[in-house]
Amino acid sequence: MPNHAAMTSEAPRAPERSFLSIRSLTKSFGPFQALKSIDLEIGEGEFVCFLGPSGCGKTTLLRAIAGLDRQTGGSIMLRGKDVSNAPPSQRDFGIVFQSYALFPNLTVADNVGYGLVNQKKPRDMIIARVSELLALVGLPDQASKYPAQLSGGQQQRVALARALATSPGLLLLDEPLSALDARVRLRLREEIRALQRRLGVTTIMVTHDQEEALSMAERIVVMNHGVIEQVGTPEEVYARPATAFVADFVGRMTFLSGVMEGATLVRVGDQALRVAEAPGFSAGQKVELGLRPEAVRLVEGAGENRLSMRITELEYLGSFVRATLEGEGASPLTLLADLPFNVMQDRAYAPGQAVIAELPASALRIFSART
Amino acid sequence: MSANASFTRDREARVATLLLAGLAFLLVLLIAVPLWSLLSKSVQNSNGQFVGLANFARYISTPALVASLWNSIWVSSLVALIVVPLAFLYAYALTRSRMPGRGLFMAVAMTPLFAPSLLSAISLIYIFGNQGFLKSWLFGASIYGPVGIVLAEAVYCFPHALMIMVTALRLADGRLYEVAEALGTSKSRVFFTVTLPGARYGLISAIFVVFTLVITDFGIPKVIGGQFNVLATDAYKQIVGQQNFEMGAVVGLILLMPAIFAFFVDRQVQKKQVALLSARAVPYEPKPNGKRDFALLAFCLVIGGLLIGMLGMAIWASFIRYWPYNLTFTLNNYNFANFDPQGWGAYLTSLKMAGLTAIFGTTIVFFGAYLVEKTKPAPALRGFVHFLAMLPMAVPGLVLGLGYVFFVNAPWNPLGIFYGTLTVLVANTVAHFYTVAHITAVTQLKQIDAEFESVSASLKVPFWVTFRRVTVPISLPAVLDIAVYLFVNALTTVSAVIFLYGPGTKLASIAIVHMDEMGAVAAAAAMATCIVFTAMAVKLLHLALDRVVFARFQAWRKR
Ligand SMILES: Nc1ncnc2c1ncn2[C@@H]1O[C@H](COP(=O)(O)OP(=O)(O)OP(=O)(O)O)[C@@H](O)[C@H]1O
Ligand SMILES: [Mg+2]
Repeated sequence: MPNHAAMTSEAPRAPERSFLSIRSLTKSFGPFQALKSIDLEIGEGEFVCFLGPSGCGKTTLLRAIAGLDRQTGGSIMLRGKDVSNAPPSQRDFGIVFQSYALFPNLTVADNVGYGLVNQKKPRDMIIARVSELLALVGLPDQASKYPAQLSGGQQQRVALARALATSPGLLLLDEPLSALDARVRLRLREEIRALQRRLGVTTIMVTHDQEEALSMAERIVVMNHGVIEQVGTPEEVYARPATAFVADFVGRMTFLSGVMEGATLVRVGDQALRVAEAPGFSAGQKVELGLRPEAVRLVEGAGENRLSMRITELEYLGSFVRATLEGEGASPLTLLADLPFNVMQDRAYAPGQAVIAELPASALRIFSART
Repeated sequence: MSANASFTRDREARVATLLLAGLAFLLVLLIAVPLWSLLSKSVQNSNGQFVGLANFARYISTPALVASLWNSIWVSSLVALIVVPLAFLYAYALTRSRMPGRGLFMAVAMTPLFAPSLLSAISLIYIFGNQGFLKSWLFGASIYGPVGIVLAEAVYCFPHALMIMVTALRLADGRLYEVAEALGTSKSRVFFTVTLPGARYGLISAIFVVFTLVITDFGIPKVIGGQFNVLATDAYKQIVGQQNFEMGAVVGLILLMPAIFAFFVDRQVQKKQVALLSARAVPYEPKPNGKRDFALLAFCLVIGGLLIGMLGMAIWASFIRYWPYNLTFTLNNYNFANFDPQGWGAYLTSLKMAGLTAIFGTTIVFFGAYLVEKTKPAPALRGFVHFLAMLPMAVPGLVLGLGYVFFVNAPWNPLGIFYGTLTVLVANTVAHFYTVAHITAVTQLKQIDAEFESVSASLKVPFWVTFRRVTVPISLPAVLDIAVYLFVNALTTVSAVIFLYGPGTKLASIAIVHMDEMGAVAAAAAMATCIVFTAMAVKLLHLALDRVVFARFQAWRKR
């Protein structure tokens, strides 16, 4: 079970006006529990990402919110109204699926206007609304094409326009970008975010891409094995992960197993490392220290939290180089350190080289040992 | 906050449940109740009182009836033993060689499907019958009897066995062959260690299917069986000749058994067959091999020639004045009024029946499959409907026909007024061919993005609108397939409807039986020819229409 002790320092920010409120939601598929008592509040106009590894229940939660697959227990309130048992058509949301689910036999315009036609709106109003939406998603001149004649990115935008056509209060996106190639994905990230800001529509996006979640979301809901591990802003989730799982899943983190020695001192192998704070941990307790690779600094001279290490591997990753460092002694530590490219060039590090690595106390996160 | 209160707000779920309930009711009426009527009739006496297994005891103690049972079993086994190896080799040529004209040979092998089963029996009478030009080839044996039955059934069953074998052989994993070749395995060893084991499930399946087809076929033994009695003709004699419904029901039940057995064997086999082919399998690409391809071509020419010959013989004979003495051309045999009071009426009735079956059958089957596959509420009901839809696969036409006789004639049944009407013929035929049509529909629907209904729900568009605007247009080719399948089978079926037609609703296939019975074999051949040409014309029209549908209405498929 993940450690929730560290979460006390950052109680999830309760949104001012709750738009969507989920209480002890559960979902079982036979004996398998896909969602285990989910509690979540989402404010009006927020952009929230559900982030987690494959199979953790993100889609299941999204579909329960939509009413497409009914939950096993718990309740869902939308704008203060209990919609737990309402069919999807009474929930006021638009949805975009990973497959887009565009109707292949209808033109782009007909796809976008699909929900409007059913509202018995006058024809010219529908036409006007459709071209407005197509302009909004940047496809003003593709109205008469069929989905098969569009690129993946264009199809994605059509799906978005269709979901927005009926002006829903809630926009649900299930991995909307995962079928696209990297470049298109980057551009669409920005476009979706800008569109959402402009319309102010409350949006939930499911993704298993942490970078996507960090760059787009106002708040991230990190999930694992059917439970919420942490809810917080991208900054909170990244800088102050509540659990070792979150720390590992969001960004890279090196973990070192150790034992508490003093109030803020941890023994790791034959080294003693100082941490900034360790609330709730007592001497003798087994713990895990987490350190982001970019927090490691290569320095000169000995001192607190400074370890003599050797570079064993260098991996070039564009703007920085990821170094694998190995300690000395009977049970050597292994660390990852990200070195900015210019530092790399100045110092000309090479594999095999001996270095001194500083592990800043303020950057060391402490978690109870994983069992 | 009760789940029920909000459920009643969910109009779509209510409509779907209601429609499913309606469909379940209809299928119970069309499929389950007739079967039940057959079952219950077999344990009643003629006054409708329960007599336990007395009818079965009487059956076993009647030597003539037991003799038919034995006849049926050995004839069916023999046909399976002859047809399955031939079909295997033919399928091997189609799938594992580079023999020229593979598509053409496939089409040739399918021709028997466009004729009533008894057409090949008529051809055999012309070739080997009392006036047959090759009568001497039989060395004094008579074609009227087991010899004729076995030969005619072999032709009738060949395409069914072939389709199973082609599917089985197509599923081969090319990598196995590459490995075998890399290890320097000899050709014959590859055949016995890779090819044959890979197709073994198909072989088993084909043997059972052929056995069942033969044992339940009525047309061929009726036409060419002579004094040789089999179960199917017994059932006919008991019901139509002696009005002995109870004994007919017993025979029907006996016929049901191999079919049910075959059904379950086939399901097991299909599961295993799919498991054989792993997701990463590579389709097998045969390499050219002159000697092998030539030998297979010769084989296919012989088999294909025989099939075409069987078809052509009856067609040719239908245009001949007086076999074998006056071989001049005539259309007299098509003047059906001279041979049968219904005249051309039977043919028109057949067209009408087949048309109605195609229209109603396709509508019910496709919409039913949609409800089963794409709606959410009432999972138990959906499962039940699916079960009912799969049931006819295990029920031979003859058995279903018997069930209908007992059901519609039951004194308590207000539907009795439909006896002998086109309605009952159409209902019976839809039920008879329901399963294959249902599977076709389900396969098509499974290929459609499962989220269409979710998207519609989010846009507040009810599912029936999406069904009409998206699902049906996308599925048009499959819908057409179903309609043509139902039409052609309705046209050629004999065994189910022979018990159900009435004074004004005699079908062409039944008229063939009657004209043959009266000795008007040429007219019977002529009527059979009409059916063959109609069925083939419809199939060709289907191919042409498919082109048009694809070109005109499915422009969205193009990139
Ligand atoms: N219909 C179902 N029947 C049984 N189990 C299911 C069903 N749908 C989902 N599950 C299970 O529930 C768990 C959560 O599934 P879900 O689709 O929500 O995962 P996810 O977080 O969206 O993963 P991904 O990133 O792969 O889409 C998985 O373990 C999955 O196997
Ligand atoms: Mg998912």
